[in-house]
Amino acid sequence: MPGRTLYEKLWDAHVVRDNGDGTSLLYIDRHLVHEVTSPQAFEGLRLAARKPWRVSANLATPDHNVPTTDRSKGIDDPVSRLQVQTLDNNCATFGITEFKMDDPRQGIVHVIGPEQGATLPGMTVVCGDSHTSTHGAFGALAFGIGTSEVEHVLATQCLVQKQSKSMLISIDGTLGAGVTAKDLVLAVIGEIGTAGGTGYAIEFGGKAIRGLSIEGRMTVCNMAIEAGARAGMVAVDDKTIEYIKGRPYAPAGAQWEQAIAAWRELHSDPGAVFDRVVRLDAGNIKPQVTWGTSPEMVAPVNGTVPDPESFEDPVRRESARHALAYMGLDPGTPMSAIAPDKVFIGSCTNSRIEDLRAAAAVVKGRRVADNIKLAMVVPGSGLVKQQAEAEGLDRIFAEAGFEWREPGCSMCLAMNADRLEAGERCASTSNRNFEGRQGKGGRTHLVSPIMAAAAAVTGHFVDVSEL
Amino acid sequence: MEKFIPVNGIVAPLDRANIDTDAIIPKQFLKSIKRSGFGPNLFDEWRYLDHGEPGIDNSVRPLNPEFVLNQERYRGAQILLARDNFGCGSSREHAPWALLDYGFRVIIAPSFADIFFNNCFKNGILPIVLDANTVAELFMEVEGNPGYRLTVDLAAQTIAKPDGTVVQFPVDDFRKHRLLEGLDDIGLTLEHADEIRAYETRRKFEAPWLFGN
Ligand code: SF4
Repeated sequence: MPGRTLYEKLWDAHVVRDNGDGTSLLYIDRHLVHEVTSPQAFEGLRLAARKPWRVSANLATPDHNVPTTDRSKGIDDPVSRLQVQTLDNNCATFGITEFKMDDPRQGIVHVIGPEQGATLPGMTVVCGDSHTSTHGAFGALAFGIGTSEVEHVLATQCLVQKQSKSMLISIDGTLGAGVTAKDLVLAVIGEIGTAGGTGYAIEFGGKAIRGLSIEGRMTVCNMAIEAGARAGMVAVDDKTIEYIKGRPYAPAGAQWEQAIAAWRELHSDPGAVFDRVVRLDAGNIKPQVTWGTSPEMVAPVNGTVPDPESFEDPVRRESARHALAYMGLDPGTPMSAIAPDKVFIGSCTNSRIEDLRAAAAVVKGRRVADNIKLAMVVPGSGLVKQQAEAEGLDRIFAEAGFEWREPGCSMCLAMNADRLEAGERCASTSNRNFEGRQGKGGRTHLVSPIMAAAAAVTGHFVDVSEL
Repeated sequence: MEKFIPVNGIVAPLDRANIDTDAIIPKQFLKSIKRSGFGPNLFDEWRYLDHGEPGIDNSVRPLNPEFVLNQERYRGAQILLARDNFGCGSSREHAPWALLDYGFRVIIAPSFADIFFNNCFKNGILPIVLDANTVAELFMEVEGNPGYRLTVDLAAQTIAKPDGTVVQFPVDDFRKHRLLEGLDDIGLTLEHADEIRAYETRRKFEAPWLFGN
């Protein structure tokens, strides 16, 4: 038997039945739930008089709508408040564990799953959110689903799925100074395009990926969806196991030993065949900054804004023209000459403790530049916030002039009060630079936490290694 | 879900690649806890000149005359013609809900993002993938001929043009079947409840830690 890919192993282990029509019924081990994509699913259950199939597989938290400022008075916006209350009510009715807004464990769903050990290697993990790919960093098959599928998982603990094609993105070489996991994944998206991974499950491998911390791998897998792939994943190694050990939902005792023996098999076998292989050298990757309205519109910080006329494909040329008009940028502008108005450090891509430590190290002893109207740090969870405060990171940020906020999605999608005004430019550690994503008319530049920190203190994008 | 019946409808051309679900239905409308009523806010930021919020009367808002769906000739369109990677970004099912609520039953593009593609089928919308040249041709024909209509027949997997030419399109059998019959996916899966339980019993033995909490 030829070797299997990691994806094939995960897939095979979860097939309940082959439907004989190109689809399989796939068992789902973990279902994460948040307030935006679940109300209609719970309503559907209720209308059909159905119950959750396995209550303990679900874990819920509100994240998209929650305020990041003082929460003692609840949520101002009545529509947001109703949505969060609806989640609370649904979880109470159906007996689902929820980390509510005032729980220290509350946070962005993709931060709290791994933090709690609720995401484990070898699992299938789904959530009504496209960045569920994040959890693939643990050697899990994790992907985002729509609300109909949320209801389907609640009711049956399964999904009807068609197996994806497999892609290996192998990044060898060594990361240069100031180059992070975020830069790697932005460079990958720049290389294969935002539709390059459509129809594929991507495994990230190679020396540079193995060299990343688990949180770095989460950043990479998080943005697999920005390359078009529903799932991104990394093989299990010692770092994975070390990271999980002792977390609240992780197995313990004899089960722990049994689990790690199984997890050690979660890698692609030698000789496994991928449908597509992309190889990159980390040594060639510089710190990245996006210049357009799609994550593939990205350039190294020492580069310039490209000329739309230089694109051969007419659709891409038109998209680039459109993007530059929206972004208010001229071709040929050095990326390092671009000056943001706001800086946002947060989101499920980059709001974990390592991200905050790295950003704080850049900020320490410096001041937010005069042209920056607002610089904010939004930790990914209440526990990340606690940890950062224990390490004094909050004071470093505050002394430099950053705002230190409560956990949630915040300005990543601006569903709460944190948003850009029209024309404002933001250095953001989030994952989407779509038109209007951070507020109507807002202009987003996606960057790493250290690039965002450096932009905050210098007032423009800059190669951190030159600070 | 309603059964998909053949559509003979006006075609609206949306000539942009990488249209994301944030553009299809902006985030402020995701606060709704309902499945319906998203149509007036479909493409809200492109369609109106002011900023939309849930609960405001959309009928008095200033329309953007440049936006294609605001042009008289595309009024009542049921078929949307788009470019590559339509529906990328967020998994929000509010995007197909908004398209359906507005009146679209069919979307034609050279490629779709996976999650959106899947979400369409769950809501009675047929996304059709055609090669880029055929799509480019359709764009020219639609833009050149006011009142341009297509007839889309899922059972036959055909698109009939006004001049009588017929284009075939591919669709997975299982998706076609579910859409044509308007089947309840959950009900179908629950017919296999015994197999799900048998799987769980086996897995509890192989990997008990997955069933802890
Ligand atoms: S942080 Fe942003 S991308 Fe992540 S789940 Fe929240 S809204 Fe989505």
